[in-house]
Amino acid sequence: MGAPIPAVTPRFSPVQEGTTATMTTLTKPAPTKRRRARNPRTWLRGGGLSNLLFAAPMIIIFGLFSFYPIIRAFVMSFQKTNLITEPQFVGLLNFQRVLEDPVFWTALQNTGWFALLALIFGYPIPLIAAVLMSEVRRARGLYSVLAYLPVVIPPVVAVLLWKFFYDAGPNGVFNTILGWVGLGPFPWIQDATMAMPSIVLEATWAAAGGTIIIYLAALTGVAPELYDAAEIDGAGIWRKIWHVTLPQLRGVLLITLILQIIGTAQVFLEPFLFTDGGPANSTVTLLQLIYRYGFQNSLGGNYGSATALSVMLALFLALLSFVYFRLTSGWSKN
Amino acid sequence: MTTSPTLGGVVTAEAEAAILTEPNSPLRPRRGKKAKKAASSEGLDRGIISSNEWSRRGIRRSANGIQITLLVLLAIGGLGPILWLAKAAITPTQDTLRTPMALFPNGFAWDNVSKAWTTIGLDVQFMNTVWVALGVLVMQLIVTMTAGYVLAILKPAYAKVLNALVLATLFVPSVVLLVPLYLTILDVPFLGISLQNTFWAVWLPAGANAFNILLVKRFFENLPPEIFEAARTEGAGSFRIFWQIVLPLSKPIIGVVSVFAVIAAWKDFLWPKLVLALPEVQPLSVRLPQLQQTIDLGTYLAALAISTLVPIVLFIIFQGLFLKSAGMGGAVKG
Repeated sequence: MGAPIPAVTPRFSPVQEGTTATMTTLTKPAPTKRRRARNPRTWLRGGGLSNLLFAAPMIIIFGLFSFYPIIRAFVMSFQKTNLITEPQFVGLLNFQRVLEDPVFWTALQNTGWFALLALIFGYPIPLIAAVLMSEVRRARGLYSVLAYLPVVIPPVVAVLLWKFFYDAGPNGVFNTILGWVGLGPFPWIQDATMAMPSIVLEATWAAAGGTIIIYLAALTGVAPELYDAAEIDGAGIWRKIWHVTLPQLRGVLLITLILQIIGTAQVFLEPFLFTDGGPANSTVTLLQLIYRYGFQNSLGGNYGSATALSVMLALFLALLSFVYFRLTSGWSKN
Repeated sequence: MTTSPTLGGVVTAEAEAAILTEPNSPLRPRRGKKAKKAASSEGLDRGIISSNEWSRRGIRRSANGIQITLLVLLAIGGLGPILWLAKAAITPTQDTLRTPMALFPNGFAWDNVSKAWTTIGLDVQFMNTVWVALGVLVMQLIVTMTAGYVLAILKPAYAKVLNALVLATLFVPSVVLLVPLYLTILDVPFLGISLQNTFWAVWLPAGANAFNILLVKRFFENLPPEIFEAARTEGAGSFRIFWQIVLPLSKPIIGVVSVFAVIAAWKDFLWPKLVLALPEVQPLSVRLPQLQQTIDLGTYLAALAISTLVPIVLFIIFQGLFLKSAGMGGAVKG
């Protein structure tokens, strides 16, 4: 199983060098007992070099493409950067600019609205579906496969397809179907009030399957004895769900809730592809605003504002998760 | 990928939830099979509804009714859009526009597919997507396997620091990375070159995936340490232990990481859009939204269908692995 990896990777020269280098150290029989490595020679004999070679991919990749950019984001949020002249420190000016931008407040509202709608649509449905599916005795796999199919469709394809479904004309796909029962035609994503719920509907459809599978996995972890015990106490089906199933799922429910909030706070793809923030900025989100600041600016990237907004959003989410876990740490223990 | 703050990214975040809440994940290598069997047989023995209750006609009827309704809803939601897309891909444009829900009123338009493939050059973007996904897969396997080996088995003195640093990146929302990582790609530190419009711009940052490292590290920690001690006393160096013992034992976790890597790469939109600006290096997800305006609807829908084909086929072949990865419970057999 290990062999195919270098076979497929002739291009990855650093790792190739790394592996051959460890191979040469291998030829010397190295005593591995000695833990303490004070001088270079004992360090080498103790496997210090091969340890470092195995750690190298992680250190290099995370250093360059994770830590360096993260630190740089914080620095840049206090700087004026234009890639031509040296960056200048400008204090809190970037933050001030963002807060003075009226679109920022619209985007903040829209993102909050998206997150709220996504909770209303998207939080109960997977739970209910998973509880119902866990009681299926025949062909449960079929249920899971069907539920998971939308997750497998590439999100870009899903959005573009739904965008066509949402066609506002009477011959649009959804309007045709609703027309059969005498409803519509609806304007869907072309209407400022209806656009956001339409987008959330698609996002919920696209993401529900993943959550269902997680809940199903958690449901099989519920000890059957608990149900036996509840029945001895005379509990019916509803009371078993309320007093056994839901409390047993509490831990996973709490985590999916906060992760959903963190995910929806950074929503980009759906509003970007469906409406590009319109109509009249009614669906522009925070991440889209960051994108506009940084990459859609005719005057060149406004990297200062973009990073300032990123940093504010990240700090808010970090604070939110911290408070959330503090508040709920008592509840999630069984 | 960490750099795609889309709702699609929430799927991995949700899988993350399952990990965080499930310390006894059946992903653990040794006890995996037994635990899985035990769980599924218990699951069959009883769920929320007891066998007593199942034998009551009213409950059985309503439960069956609910389950069949659920199956129909899942089929409509999961399979419906895919089947519609497959139909529309081979339907003449005018029919799709006028009667989107009719089934081939005026015959087929097979040439939609060939037009999408050759005339608009989708074959190029298709191969680009394949290369991006394969490169991401290889990159993530190299980094996660070596990192897991260092952190869980070799454990040099600095392993704890590395582990804490890598874990810390899990808590930094990916939005922070967007601008500074883009600037890093334009001018890579130490190398002084720009990776823009090369696949390396997607491959290298994809390696910095703390979540997969966490998965692999957990897996390695559960391998019996006696094996490594025995190998060491027989004089095997750390490279040989990695190659001949750790990797062959890692097949299950390599499968899970591979699924995550390929699917995430296939789905990713914002990051490749930023760093792959030229059409000849763009993957499907970046190219499709641009095609929308310029080509005939039938051809466009065929292009969407082509882009969906590979993930769907992969899912159907490896559905067990997909659902296990998504749920991390392994309780759902595909």
